[in-house]
Amino acid sequence: MTALAHAPSSTAAAAPAHARKDKSQDRQKTMLAEHFHRLAVSRDTGEKNVQTFVPGNLTELIRSFDLLPVLPEINALQAGMRQKSGDYIQKAEKLGHSEDVCAYVKCDIGQLHSGNLGPTGEPLPSPDLLLLSYTGCFTFLKWFELIRHETKSPITMLHVPYQADGKITPSMREYVVKQIKETVIPALERVSGRKYDEEKLRDLLRRSARAEEDLVYVLESAKRVPSPIDGYFAAVYYVGPIFSAFRGTEDAVLYYRELREEIEERIRRGEGPTTPDGPMGPEKFRLVVEGPPNWTHFREFWKMFHSEGAVIVASTYSKVGGVYDNGFRHDPDHPLETMADYCMGCYTNLNFRSRIDMLCRYMTDYAADGLLIHSIKSCNSFSAGQLLILREVEARTGKPGGFFESDLVDPRYFSPANVKNRIESYLQMLEQKKSGGGHAR
Amino acid sequence: MKCYVGIDLGSTTTKAVVLDEQGAILGRGITNSRSNYDVACAVARGEAMTNVRFTLSARALPDVGLDAARSGPFLATLERFFRLAQYRAQMAVLREVATAEVPAVQSFFANAPLAPAIREILEVLDAGTEELFRPGAPRKSDFFRDLAGSQYHKEAQQRASPGKLPFEALMAVFDKAILKVENREIDLAFDQGAGWAIEQALVAEGLAADPAVPLLRAALRDAFGRALAVANASGTGYGRARLPFPKRQIRSEILCHGLGAHAMFPGTATVLDIGGQDTKAIQVDANGIVTSFQMNDRCAAGCGRYLGYIADEMSLGLHELGPLAQKATRPVKISSTCTVFAGAEIRDRLTLGQKREDILAGLHRAVILRAMSLIARSGGIKNEFTFTGGVAKNVTAVSVLRTLVKQNYGDVALNISPDSIFTGALGAALFALRAGADAAADPVEQKQEAGA
Repeated sequence: MTALAHAPSSTAAAAPAHARKDKSQDRQKTMLAEHFHRLAVSRDTGEKNVQTFVPGNLTELIRSFDLLPVLPEINALQAGMRQKSGDYIQKAEKLGHSEDVCAYVKCDIGQLHSGNLGPTGEPLPSPDLLLLSYTGCFTFLKWFELIRHETKSPITMLHVPYQADGKITPSMREYVVKQIKETVIPALERVSGRKYDEEKLRDLLRRSARAEEDLVYVLESAKRVPSPIDGYFAAVYYVGPIFSAFRGTEDAVLYYRELREEIEERIRRGEGPTTPDGPMGPEKFRLVVEGPPNWTHFREFWKMFHSEGAVIVASTYSKVGGVYDNGFRHDPDHPLETMADYCMGCYTNLNFRSRIDMLCRYMTDYAADGLLIHSIKSCNSFSAGQLLILREVEARTGKPGGFFESDLVDPRYFSPANVKNRIESYLQMLEQKKSGGGHAR
Repeated sequence: MKCYVGIDLGSTTTKAVVLDEQGAILGRGITNSRSNYDVACAVARGEAMTNVRFTLSARALPDVGLDAARSGPFLATLERFFRLAQYRAQMAVLREVATAEVPAVQSFFANAPLAPAIREILEVLDAGTEELFRPGAPRKSDFFRDLAGSQYHKEAQQRASPGKLPFEALMAVFDKAILKVENREIDLAFDQGAGWAIEQALVAEGLAADPAVPLLRAALRDAFGRALAVANASGTGYGRARLPFPKRQIRSEILCHGLGAHAMFPGTATVLDIGGQDTKAIQVDANGIVTSFQMNDRCAAGCGRYLGYIADEMSLGLHELGPLAQKATRPVKISSTCTVFAGAEIRDRLTLGQKREDILAGLHRAVILRAMSLIARSGGIKNEFTFTGGVAKNVTAVSVLRTLVKQNYGDVALNISPDSIFTGALGAALFALRAGADAAADPVEQKQEAGA
């Protein structure tokens, strides 16, 4: 389930066109275009890249060596949004990957075999290093094993201990720091030809913390009733820069400052969320969502909610890269330790108890009417146990849960009529519970 | 009189329920669903309105001196004649459109003597109408498509000869024609429909000379002629967005099945509905309010259509599956509920020498096992448990369910109404009633009037 959206890419048909473009959106778009262009010409300019995953990644460390991060989940979800994933997946299946394999993996492999064009339509370079930070998703290991097989790139693994007991202990932190020192930094030095520069890293981490502060403000603005933002569909854009290649950059700092100002302005004007189809109508339902969205029908999927007046006030998916709920911000004074905490604290690395606690907290803090779980058929790591989560949150909060399944980027597993039917049924159930007063109306 | 209508547009059938102002059921109607939703709605509603006339008749009969012992058979006879009149009218339409379809089909089968064969078949069907509706005659279905279709099929098989008059050519005419027949509403004038049926029934039941006849006739004429004002209507089911209702009068099947099941059995806590393409497990509170639900996702394996497909594969009627499976002595173990695989599974097992009834028993069990897993997902079965939808009419499905419920959840009351197929429509009608008469009047009618 590890994925998150970038902003609309530079190709015209690539992503949802917002009815009213905010300045931050344009900025994000430019950031992406520049980043992917740098990658496209990196063989000529001599810039090197590191492929790594979204959850709990080490973007600042990678950047401190002047290396460019590449996130395969982002490429896959972008391919889904650009309607390319179906072909890519079929290509991967032709190569022998089973129908039940994670759709992101197959999309990535298929893309690699189709000219490896990135989200902006420009070619992606072969990875100079595969940095496998293992954070809860066991498919990550196989994924990079496959990429290594395809590209013959060197691979380095950072083993991130699972928060099985729901907390980070000092020995867990030491274990990760030791690996960063002894394995990851030397690997990055080899690829970049530069020495580790801790001061530079501290600067990056300082900027990360600034951007994080603004992002948290934006996400938590949804606690207001009515909410000024959508904390799921719109939030996947908001978390794009921070969870991918831009954490620690000045661009990210500017982006989040600008975004925050826009949301503050929206609050001043008393405006609700904006959607690809224009400003949302009156808020009727406040929902918490667990699980990533479907990308192949992203806009259609979003519309099923906003057209019914349903706003997603909080989502675990917008915490997939890193969780800031408990006050965590990158700490430049303890550079390696803070990165270790970030790695271990991401949503995919949390145990059931922590996930349930988090969802219950969202239900209360964000005054939600219900919890909806979008379960991913091809994701074995995170779909397991979601029904248990649902029951537990229902029992603890007394708020009704809903559950439905489709897929991330495999268009064959998204049947709009059926998904719409389930969402409508769920919302009508909420409405009945809210207005019924003990009598079905 | 005021009444309230609920319509459930299903993937297999469209159902309508009419309520009076006290919420009592006045009538039910059902028809095959088809591509034209507006017509399916109108036909189901028309059927239900006809049914209302019989309910009103039944209510009136005791007052005009017809006791229960006589009124029951009389009403049955009255309905038989009324159905006969309807069937004849539909046969007339079939004759007309089938004849008109001949040239189009002929172009694919140049030398086949199609026209005379079709004429003959239609004549035989016409002649067989009385027999179909004689007292006590068994009718496998209430749908014109099924009744006329099975006779037509038989006659076509007899007349077909390979190379000369292909069976496919004869059936092609029927297949094209029946769609048009179903899409045409039959609106009989009183004297050709109800009025005629009343007179026939009076004679047939030996009441013609009865001194109560004038009162009886007046009561029946009132029951069939009384103005019915639809005060409000609600819709549900697949394609409900296309139902001719304003959005606020459309409810999801989940809510409708929950409320409908609660109305049928007020102690209902858990509802299982197996429909054509959905299986739903619903939990409701003591007021019929849905508290949680689960539906099959991504795939319709194990839904009602699965059984429909199997019936086709075995050349059986859907209603024959359950009884046949009851005869199983050594049920076969089948785990796949993939509808497409089912055909291969059946053929494979038949070649292995396994009996049809044993295979069928296994297929039924597979369907119910899948439903059980969905129920578990929704929070399990609580007392009382109500089973609805078309599959609730299948004896084997019910007996397998009963066993599995007992095994997994112990002693739980299992409710099945003979009218379970109308649960969703009943729920919709109750929503219409509760929304009150202040809502728009019957939108179906309005739409038709606007179109007429």
